[in-house]
Amino acid sequence: MVYDVTIDGKDYRLELARAETGWQCRLDGRELQVDAVLTQRDVLSVLIGGKAYEIKREHTATDMHLWVGSVRYLTELRDLRSLRGRKGARADEKGPKKLLAPMPGKVVRILIGEQHAVEAGQSVLVVEAMKMQNEIKSPKKGTVKKIVAGEGANVNAGDVLAIVE
Amino acid sequence: MFKKILIANRGEIAVRVIRACRELGIPSVAVYSDVDRASLHVRKADEAYHIGFPAAAESYLNFAKILGVAKRSGADAIHPGYGFLSENAKFAQACVDAGVKFIGPTAASMEMMGSKTRARQEMEKAGVPFVPGTSRGLESLQQAEQVAAKIGYPLMLKAAAGGGGKGMRLVHTPGELEAALEAAQSEAERAFGDREVYIEKAIVNPRHIEMQVLADEHGNTVYLGERECSIQRRHQKVLEESPSPFVDADMRRRMGEVAVRVARAAGYTNAGTVEFLVDQDKNFFFLEMNTRLQVEHPVTELITGLDLVHLQIRIAAGEKLPFGQEDVHIRGHAIECRIYAEDPDNNYFPSPGKITLLLLPSGPGIRLDSGMYEGWTVPIDYDPLLAKLIGYGTDRTQALSRLTRALHEYFVGGIKTNISLFRRILTDSDFQAGKLDTGYLDRLLKAKPPEVRGVDAHIAAIAAGIFATLDPASPPTTGNGNLSVNSGNKTASGWKRAARMEGLG
Repeated sequence: MVYDVTIDGKDYRLELARAETGWQCRLDGRELQVDAVLTQRDVLSVLIGGKAYEIKREHTATDMHLWVGSVRYLTELRDLRSLRGRKGARADEKGPKKLLAPMPGKVVRILIGEQHAVEAGQSVLVVEAMKMQNEIKSPKKGTVKKIVAGEGANVNAGDVLAIVE
Repeated sequence: MFKKILIANRGEIAVRVIRACRELGIPSVAVYSDVDRASLHVRKADEAYHIGFPAAAESYLNFAKILGVAKRSGADAIHPGYGFLSENAKFAQACVDAGVKFIGPTAASMEMMGSKTRARQEMEKAGVPFVPGTSRGLESLQQAEQVAAKIGYPLMLKAAAGGGGKGMRLVHTPGELEAALEAAQSEAERAFGDREVYIEKAIVNPRHIEMQVLADEHGNTVYLGERECSIQRRHQKVLEESPSPFVDADMRRRMGEVAVRVARAAGYTNAGTVEFLVDQDKNFFFLEMNTRLQVEHPVTELITGLDLVHLQIRIAAGEKLPFGQEDVHIRGHAIECRIYAEDPDNNYFPSPGKITLLLLPSGPGIRLDSGMYEGWTVPIDYDPLLAKLIGYGTDRTQALSRLTRALHEYFVGGIKTNISLFRRILTDSDFQAGKLDTGYLDRLLKAKPPEVRGVDAHIAAIAAGIFATLDPASPPTTGNGNLSVNSGNKTASGWKRAARMEGLG
């Protein structure tokens, strides 16, 4: 198997093959013997050269994180055999971007209306949860194409709030 | 002893009280709102009854519904936990009227302590030390100016009905007084429906140290040592410890005796806490009395060896305190971390949602009081406190090292928590040296966090690939905003993906 992996913004090419015990692994050309056991869903015990790692996998509404010990790594993984992976890779800078709700809550204010210009990092709307207000920012410069969740709408984590193009 | 106890609360504290009931052989009754049907306290209780809509006013604050459940279930006592109805004098009275024992102080004691100006008047009579200021609400700007000139700047304006930092203003110079007074009054009006504001001298870099008291209904009152609560964010406590690294035996005795005097003056019964502001010269001033069990009560339990909830129940049942002041000994050191569902990378904004993975710490000197479980969805409707992790050791150094170790074992996936904040506090040199005041956490958070990333990025890269191969049920492709990842269809797409992988062989 061959994967393109991005960890905290840095790209790696990973080749994995099952070995007699564990895995034969080539990371950016470097050969490694890896012993790995999936101890429970989302928890991997990894041994490399006798050194032990406990790795936790976590999906949020918008991201995947891998935790090595207590350190979190933002992780993107593309399976090079997968059509979806090839198409999805690195397409994010162009085209429409969805603003997703990072947590369940209620849209209490729209700060930038449809068809108005928006800067990268500028707040588009405000979601309230547990009596705290959170500004949802635009990931790119462009125009607010559509407000999907209007004022007063209850939203779940991962729901599309607005589209910026 | 009581036949049955209703717990008018939810979350970790409801579980805590249910456990005490079980230990004492008393059946427990839980209540729950619409969104708490699957909450842990409902699973752990002997009986559970639905009490209404998620909004607290319709459920956990609704006297009629709660007293209705008490009647229906045959509960003869109600434990209010903390928050919700725990400091509501009208509810305590309603319990008396309904013939149910309220496990806490009387309505009269609560009323006296509930108004900060009234508490102050009564405590002054009892000779309790106060921060210089007014014990009555301010009637006019002129009066405020006169008082301010007398006690000197900087000073604090505080709402008489206040709490949680609402209606509070720090005033540095006479020029700021008028605007601050108006702001404090209108904020107090909005938050508490009461404009009354009073003045106190501001203590620079104060510590917030509180004293646990316990009083039976036969006139016996004891103190159980202090808790250092200076580590706060937005006037909410985050980490507490006992004993305070700042308090010596003599100061503890003096504070304890004042706290007992406060409790006696209020005719106080059951568990309560007297809060003090402490200045850099170890002068302490009465702040207020919390007429309930505190969130941070476990640190006191660990260093005294007492179970405060057992004692609360026994006192409410009319028993005498089974020990005197001379029997109370402090042994070891305990530190509590309040685990909140909030996002440290996003200004500590609440982060409700589904807990997808939960790995729990255990081992020597670790206590975990928790209201969560893997697979539970944290509702958006209530306080974000999930659990309390408490470390105990022979001394502060050992308590700290055990807690740090446990924080590395603890993992909560799917939602954000402040666990990483505690790792940061516990390794901070000022914290380790016990150099604390109420501004400590704000200063720490303003400083740049230590760089923690980096060394194992290649391990993460390898693990990402192995995860995708061994455990593909969770979709390995990540959203970068383009993918329509919806919490509702995550399972469905996971199944589809697994099926596709199997199809590929």
